Order: sequence, then structure tokens, then C-alpha cells
Amino acid sequence: MSDLESFRAEVRDWLEKNCPPEMRTPYDGQTQSYWGGRKRHEQDPIARGWCERMAERGWTAPTWPREYGGGGLSRAEARVLEQEMARIHARPPLASIGLMMLGPMLLETGTEEQKREHVPPIVKGEIKWCQGYSEPGAGSDLASLQTRAEDRGDHFIVNGQKIWTSGADTADMIFCLVRTDPEAPKHDGISFLLIDMDQPGVTTSPIRLISGSSPFCQTFFSDARAEKRDLIGTLNGGWTVAKRLLQFERQGIGNMGNRNPGANAPPPLPELAKRYCGTRDGRIADPLIRDRVARLEMQQQAIQKTMARSGDEAKAGQNVSAATSSSFKLIGTECNQAKFDLMTSILGAQSLGWEGDGFEAYELETTRQWLRSFANTIEGGTSEVQLNIIAKRVLGLPD
Amino acid sequence: MPLVLTEEQELLRETAREFVAERAPIAQLRQLRDERDPSGFSRELWSEMAQLGWAGIPFSEEYGGADLGYTELGIVLEETGRTLAASPLVSSVLLGGSTLLLGGNETQRKEWLTGVCGGETLLALAIQEGPHHSPWNVATRAETDGDGYRLNGAKTFVVDGHVADRLIVAARSAGEQSERDGLTLFCVDASAPGVGLARASMVDGRNAARLTLDGVRAERSEVLGEIGQGAELLDAVLDRGAAGLAAEMLGSLDTAFQKTLAYLKQREQFGVPIGSFQALKHRAARMFVQLELSRSVVLDALQALDGDHPDASAKASLAKAQLSDAAPSIANECVQMHGGIGVTDEEDIGLYLKRARVTQFALGDAAFHRDRYAGMHGY
Ligand SMILES: Cc1cc2nc3c(=O)[nH]c(=O)nc-3n(C[C@H](O)[C@H](O)[C@H](O)COP(=O)(O)OP(=O)(O)OC[C@H]3O[C@@H](n4cnc5c(N)ncnc54)[C@H](O)[C@@H]3O)c2cc1C
Repeated sequence: MSDLESFRAEVRDWLEKNCPPEMRTPYDGQTQSYWGGRKRHEQDPIARGWCERMAERGWTAPTWPREYGGGGLSRAEARVLEQEMARIHARPPLASIGLMMLGPMLLETGTEEQKREHVPPIVKGEIKWCQGYSEPGAGSDLASLQTRAEDRGDHFIVNGQKIWTSGADTADMIFCLVRTDPEAPKHDGISFLLIDMDQPGVTTSPIRLISGSSPFCQTFFSDARAEKRDLIGTLNGGWTVAKRLLQFERQGIGNMGNRNPGANAPPPLPELAKRYCGTRDGRIADPLIRDRVARLEMQQQAIQKTMARSGDEAKAGQNVSAATSSSFKLIGTECNQAKFDLMTSILGAQSLGWEGDGFEAYELETTRQWLRSFANTIEGGTSEVQLNIIAKRVLGLPD
Repeated sequence: MPLVLTEEQELLRETAREFVAERAPIAQLRQLRDERDPSGFSRELWSEMAQLGWAGIPFSEEYGGADLGYTELGIVLEETGRTLAASPLVSSVLLGGSTLLLGGNETQRKEWLTGVCGGETLLALAIQEGPHHSPWNVATRAETDGDGYRLNGAKTFVVDGHVADRLIVAARSAGEQSERDGLTLFCVDASAPGVGLARASMVDGRNAARLTLDGVRAERSEVLGEIGQGAELLDAVLDRGAAGLAAEMLGSLDTAFQKTLAYLKQREQFGVPIGSFQALKHRAARMFVQLELSRSVVLDALQALDGDHPDASAKASLAKAQLSDAAPSIANECVQMHGGIGVTDEEDIGLYLKRARVTQFALGDAAFHRDRYAGMHGY
């Protein structure tokens, strides 16, 4: 038996013993996700237990180094773990911005002390992070941000306001872009700070979305304190750190279409179309809908193949452009939007419900998801911003 | 199979790129077109290509081939696409040769495939009868005649048919027009009595032929594959055709895009390079993304064909659909971004537009391949 195959056998056996049956059922990918954090004891104890067991082996962050709590797995081993989890429909043990964005950046950029202090709690799901980038006056033009941090010797004092902070109302810590030199050109006066939200100087207020949910907040800083040791990168060198983290974020968002189907997930597109538009000779009866379904399925394939190619090129040691994440963010989110747009076309009037009787749970869910998908081409940098990045960094077009 | 080229494949790409740039620059296509060359391609160039082994890339050494795969043929097609190099690579090798490889018996392969690999024998595939690619829509009939057949009917868009030595004809030995069953493929001598070939000059400077079959005698030994089972064979041939042609399209569209990108950086208006205008930048970025997707699906399809992957047919249709959609969206934009010079005959970009249009429809447009893909996936 090859090493990989014996690893597979071990994983399979371990998952069999450790993944509770409740964690092998469909879930909605959002509200039912386990986020961890200091208030984790208020969340579903089964989900928490599952996360804790996985974290013991570092398998919440399978490829991160062991010394910081990660699984230390090779890419091939991590794929085996993924496959074995998928085989039994195991839920991801932990959904977190720390895992998706902050951790990968810290492992690259953080000092030894910073990595030791902050990475293991991410792996274990003990700290829930949120992202404090955007401000009312600084969206696409992120570098014009105004939240200020003043140097007070061993700490900073932070004043200002962030907006669109996903999960801020339940987060323990925030990684934040702050202005530390108001005189410098805008990109050169920004620092990257980690701030504890459990202090009177930090308050949040939720914002409601068109989809009806309130996953994000306004975040206010009024003489909030941040420790000096929690400055990532150099003072006034935060912009470079911020951009690197955005690449991790864009990969994550572009990938969203590949998420596990939720509890209220509708059937796959072709089946859905057959159900709502009828069949003729075993085919979707409406030729226009049928063409759109095929177009979308093929587009998804093309995107997946391109991601695979990009990974293979990296493995083969070929140059992978830094703008690759922008391409995937752009097409991945547009494709996800197109999918929900098509689904509502297929459902017809059944996609027009908001709540209550007369609609299947998945019909209502599809409508909410359709509304949610509008944010995909905005969050993490809008599509227009991604196009700007590709034009500049890949194509070398002049400003 | 990782979606990257091996070292040998990279080497082949480099050789092909250099050869094509030197021996088949785009000026050659202009010359062939302007002089109304009777072949529509340079015979000299074709024999050089054959000497390099290109005419036998996916065929066994037994017949003088290189014993490589469709991935390698695709690499060469992509490179010939870059300069719009005219040659019988698609007609005689990708389509004709593949039919012999997949459907020919030992004697037929020995007799004809050897000539294809050497570049001496030219084949052309005659299937289409109407204005649209619709492979089972065949009215041409094959009636039994003693121990052989007589073919009657007409074909159009027979690429390079005017110079072919042998024509591979799809004819109906049974069944009704547009039925899948009942098709048979024949490999007939182009100079046989009753064969009528009229050259049709195409918009891209290449040639296809209109073919009439007036009681053409076909021997039993000229039947490729099983009688009445031609559709299966044709399906496999057209998979290779779709993926290979998509590779050529990728080379052409990528080059047209690179030329346009260079123009965006060089041409100035309002005192700045036109490539600084965001209206053009965003469209250029979208073209880039389309080309990235195209490159992935083309390589994936070619590798799947070489690996006999169960989804190879679906992947071939995905590749052709992607490229047939990308063709107009990229080529049209490239012309527009050149301004007035873009619509002159002198500027090469118009030649890319024309080739894009022909390849977009050849072997099925995007809608055809989406329909095929949907059918294969049970909807
Ligand atoms: C669901 C969701 C979750 C989010 N979560 C977070 C979070 O956790 N933390 C965080 O910090 N932020 C978060 N954001 C904020 C997000 O990053 C910003 O909304 C985004 O960067 C756009 O900024 P804006 O909303 O101010 O739009 P604006 O920048 O005002 O853009 C308005 C329009 O102008 C266009 N535009 C702007 N500049 C240009 C340009 N140069 N060229 C062409 N067009 C341009 C944009 O593309 C857009 O169409 C979230 C957003 C959403 C929708």
C-alpha cells in the first residue's frame, strides 16, 4: 500500500469514529455553519465537539504547519482528507474568516511571536475574526481610509468608523486598516492592526441586506486600544499586507459556487428545469432554458478546469500571476450570479415569494440566495476593480 | 493528468512556433489569396510540415506516423493558428486521418493512412449537406450495386475537397434523412467517374468544395467501419475535429488579442495611449479571461481524447462551444479597437476576423455543441 493509500485508510477510520452522525447531514452553508469564537459555548455542542476533535489533529487547517497547530499535511494528503470528508458528507468543522484570510497572511508575514499567539486559536476556532477594511468614504478606493491610530508608546489609540464588517457583532477580534501617518501619500500612511473587540471603545450596529439577513455591521472605534505587538508588517507598511490578504479573500469568494449544497438546496439545474419547464423526449421542454442550463453548466466546468490548471502550473513551478485571484473572483462570482438568475427564471412565479405558505422551502431559499448573490460582485473588491487589476497587472495597460 | 504541457510538448510548441513564424507568416496567406493559388496552400510548405512529422502526429509508426497524441496535434494546430497558416492539417490529418485511424481496417490504413502521414495523400471529409453542421442530416444515398454501392447526392463545405485525392463521404445506406442509424462512411477516389467537385473560395482565403455524387461506384473495400453504423465512427472523428479545431482557434484568437493589446499601448489619441481608457481596458480584461478559460478546456479535451476518458466527447463539445463563443466576441472587439485601420484589407486583424468566423461555424457552432452537451448529460 502506498503512503497515500495507508493515509486514506487511517483518515477513513478516524472519521468513521469521530464525525458525529449529526455532522453528516446537509446544512445551509451559512446560518448553520459553526464559527467558533469566545462565545462558542453558546453554539451547538455537537458542532463544537466536531470542530474540537478535528482541531486536535490540526485538520481544520490541514496544510498549515504543525508548529502553529495546523495539520502539516501535503497537498495530496489534504486532498485525500477532503475526499474522505466528502464521501461521508461531513460538514466543514469550522467556517471562519481567520482560516480563509488572516491565517494564510499571518503565516507568510507575521513575526514568530505573532504566529504563535494568533494562528493556533484560529485553527482551534477559539477566536472569531472579522475584517475592518471598508469605510463609508473608502470602498473601492480603499486606500483613502480615515480611521486613525495614534502611537502611544506601547499601544495605539484608534478612532473612526468601519462599514460592511461581516460578522462584527459576534466577532472577538478585528483585523483593521488604520491611518498612522496622515501626512504621507495615501498608500504609504496605512498600518495593519489586530484589535480586540471586547472593550468599551468598540461598538457595532447591524445592517440589513436586500436578502433579509443582517450578516454585517457598522463598526465604531472611540479611543479603542490596540497593542503594539499586534501591528502586522511595518508601521505605515500596511498596504502591502492588506493586498496580500485580499488575494486570499478573492480566491475564497470566487470559489463560493462550489460550496456544499444546503439543507434547502434545490435539485441540480437540469432536474430543476425539467420539473418546472416540463420535458419533451426526456429533454427540458423549453429550448431557451435548456440552452441556458447547458451554457451555465459548461461555464462552471470551464472555471473549474481553469482553477485546476492554475494549481497544476503552480505545482510545475511555472509563473502564476498575482492577478489570477482577480480573474477567478470576477468569473466565479458572475457565474454564481448567473446561476441564481437562471434558477429564478426556471422557478418563474414560484421564485417571487418572500415567506409563508404557497412556496417550497427551497424556492424561498433560492430567492434569498439570488438576492444574496448581488453582493458577490461587490464584496472583496467589485468586478470593475478586478477588471482594473487585470488590465494593469496582467495586460500592462497604462494608467 | 495535470493540465500543463510536458517538457517534450513544450519543446514541440517552441519548434512549431519558430517554424510557422519563419516558413508560414501571415504574408503567405495573403499571397495565396491574392494569386488565387489553385491549391489554396503552399505545396512546398506542406511537404516541409510532413517532413517534420506533423502529418502523422497521432498515427502509429507502422504507417509512418509519429505515434504521439491529439494533445500534440493540438499544440501544432494552435501554433499554425497564430499565423493563420493554410495547410491540410485539419482536413487531411485531423479529420481524414482520424477517420482511417478509428474506422479503417488494416488494409485500408496501410494503403491510405501511410500516404496521409507522408503528406502525399490528401483526404477530405464530406458530410455537410445544408447551411448548418448537422451530421445525421444526410440525404445522400448509398444503394447496393452488386458487391459494392452506388452513391448519389450532394455535399457542401468539403474543406480542401478541391485538392483531395480521396473523399470520405457520409451516405445513407438505410433509414430516413436526419436519422442517426443507417449512415455509412465511404472512402472514394476523388477522380472516380460521377464525382463532381467545384471549388468554393471562402471568406478566410481558404477553400472548400461543393461535391456532387452522380452514381459514383464504391467498392466494399472502400467502406470505413461498419455498414449502417457510420454515426458512431463519425461521432468519434468529430470529437477529435472539434477539439483540434478549437486548439487552432485558440492560437488565432490569442494572437489577434496580443496584436490588439500591442496596438492599445502604441496608438495615441487625446495625447495618451488609447489603452489608458477604461472603456477599452475592461473589455480587454474580459477577453483575457475568456482566453484563459479557452486554454483550459482545450487542453482538457485533448488530454481526455488521448486518455480515452469516458467524458471525452462532452469535453470536446465544451471546448468547441467555448471557442465558438469566444471567436466572435474576441475577433469583433479586436477589429473595433483598431478603429478605421481595423476594417482595411491592409491590416491583418481583418484576416483573423474572417478565419474566426469560418472556424466558429465549422464542425458545429456553440449552440450545436451546447445541444450536444445537454443531450449527453440527459437533459
Ligand atoms: C456582503 C458584503 C460583505 C462585505 N464584507 C466586508 C467585510 O467584512 N469587511 C470589509 O472591510 N468590507 C466588506 N465589504 C465591503 C466591500 O469590500 C465594499 O462594498 C466594496 O469594496 C465596494 O465598495 P463600496 O461599497 O464603497 O462601493 P463603491 O466603491 O462606492 O463603488 C460603487 C460603484 O462604482 C464602481 N467603481 C468604483 N471605483 C471604480 C473604478 N476605479 N473604476 C470603475 N468603477 C469603479 C464600483 O465598481 C461600483 O460599481 C462587504 C461588502 C458586501 C456587499
